[in-house]
Amino acid sequence: MFPFNFEWIWDAGHIVFHGGLWYALTILGLGITYCIIKAALDAAKGKGSQHH
Amino acid sequence: MDSALIPKGVKRCPAWQFIMWIGANGAVLTWGVFALLLVYFKGLNQTNMNNAYGFALWIWADLAVIALGGGAFFTGFLRYIVGKDELKNIINYAVLIGFICYSSALMILGFDIGQPLRGWFIFWHANVHSMLTEVAFCLTAYFGVLAIEYAPLVFENRMIKKVPFFHNLSHNMHEIMAVFAATGAFLSFFHQGSLGGVPGVLFGRPFGFREGVLVWPWTFFLFTWSAAAAGPCFTILITKITEAVTRKKLVKDNVIDLLAKISGWMLFFYIIAKIGDTLYWANVTAPSKGSTFMDFYTSSSGSAYGLWILFAEIGVCGVLPALILIIPKLRKTQATLWLAVILAVIGLCLNRWVMVLQVLAIPVLTFESWFTYFPSWQEIATTILPVAYGVIMISTSYRYLPIFPQERELNPIDEPAAPPEVAESEPEPTDAGPEPELSPAES
Repeated sequence: MFPFNFEWIWDAGHIVFHGGLWYALTILGLGITYCIIKAALDAAKGKGSQHH
Repeated sequence: MDSALIPKGVKRCPAWQFIMWIGANGAVLTWGVFALLLVYFKGLNQTNMNNAYGFALWIWADLAVIALGGGAFFTGFLRYIVGKDELKNIINYAVLIGFICYSSALMILGFDIGQPLRGWFIFWHANVHSMLTEVAFCLTAYFGVLAIEYAPLVFENRMIKKVPFFHNLSHNMHEIMAVFAATGAFLSFFHQGSLGGVPGVLFGRPFGFREGVLVWPWTFFLFTWSAAAAGPCFTILITKITEAVTRKKLVKDNVIDLLAKISGWMLFFYIIAKIGDTLYWANVTAPSKGSTFMDFYTSSSGSAYGLWILFAEIGVCGVLPALILIIPKLRKTQATLWLAVILAVIGLCLNRWVMVLQVLAIPVLTFESWFTYFPSWQEIATTILPVAYGVIMISTSYRYLPIFPQERELNPIDEPAAPPEVAESEPEPTDAGPEPELSPAES
């Protein structure tokens, strides 16, 4: 799964398989992190509050 | 009792009735969990699997629910990438159905692997030459996408959205949902395809073996195509069942019609490709491996391996629903629409059964005979388990979440005028979105 695992080989199979996995996980991780941080900042500014 | 949690402007059954319904399905779920625990603790001897049926009932169920859940990725693709705006009125339900299907698929894999404690090995010590490794990667990651797509709906619950953080989070997730949907389409394309690639690369099993392009046999593309074609039919079918059970119209006809039309054309071109693939396999691929077409079928009456299964899959459950769905008059008639989506769903399930289970059971050596298989009650119970789980998930989501944006418009209720102090107690939250009067899930 990682280059530091003993069975890792720098060949096309490992790069394509794991590259695809990490590409997808990175997009999902960055996307959800952005949403959470922005939601927290918006909430701190009073956005979305019922008391306006 | 739970009226504070129910979306505004919609009518739901009394709490006692809902609890009874959940309880009845919970009993079925418990039966399935009991069988699952038996398999966990006593092992695969609880099943009727044999050397010919190493993949059995629940693996068929696994592949079927993955394919049927394809409605989520394809509807999301049409809604967010292609820009079919009308589908915003059914995308929530497609996501919920997809979420149920994929969580069920992962649960089935959890008890199928036999050694659950080593389940993480497929990620950590991945065999990069295996199509199933790719399936495991994409299935897990795509389940994450579906969870991300389903979460904003949960945050839109009347009580949860009162918390500003969750309200903003739901809004922000909707803003970049196209990114998640595109990632989901990418992941789905590969794992649906790789599931089809598994029988396609079995050169020792000429019933499944296919030629292809580069490392991908034709079954890779046919599996993805069929999931995208029949998955939306499953979404329509479940929507229609939900409307029948609730005795309400939940989605406008133009939305169903659009999805059915797209699904119909997808199915039409898929079935042409499938017929072409079958003809090429029967006349070229199989003979090149030393088999004839009739080696794969028996003529004995009542056999599960008769030619009838091929005609049922391609003709009755392929060509017929495709024609119904692409002819506007038939598509707009409720009875034929019901027939078409049911047949398309059966056809997809039949295809997965044939390509995943029968492919291993058909004799390839002269001393082998036709094997039979009937699942044990433990297998049946663990296969019914996801159905009960799905009913509970749908019932709970329908009751507490704004799944159907058009429900209020289609089912207006005469509410008594609320006294001013009550009306002021629950003001609509402020919203920076384009339609402030609607929640993000609705807009």
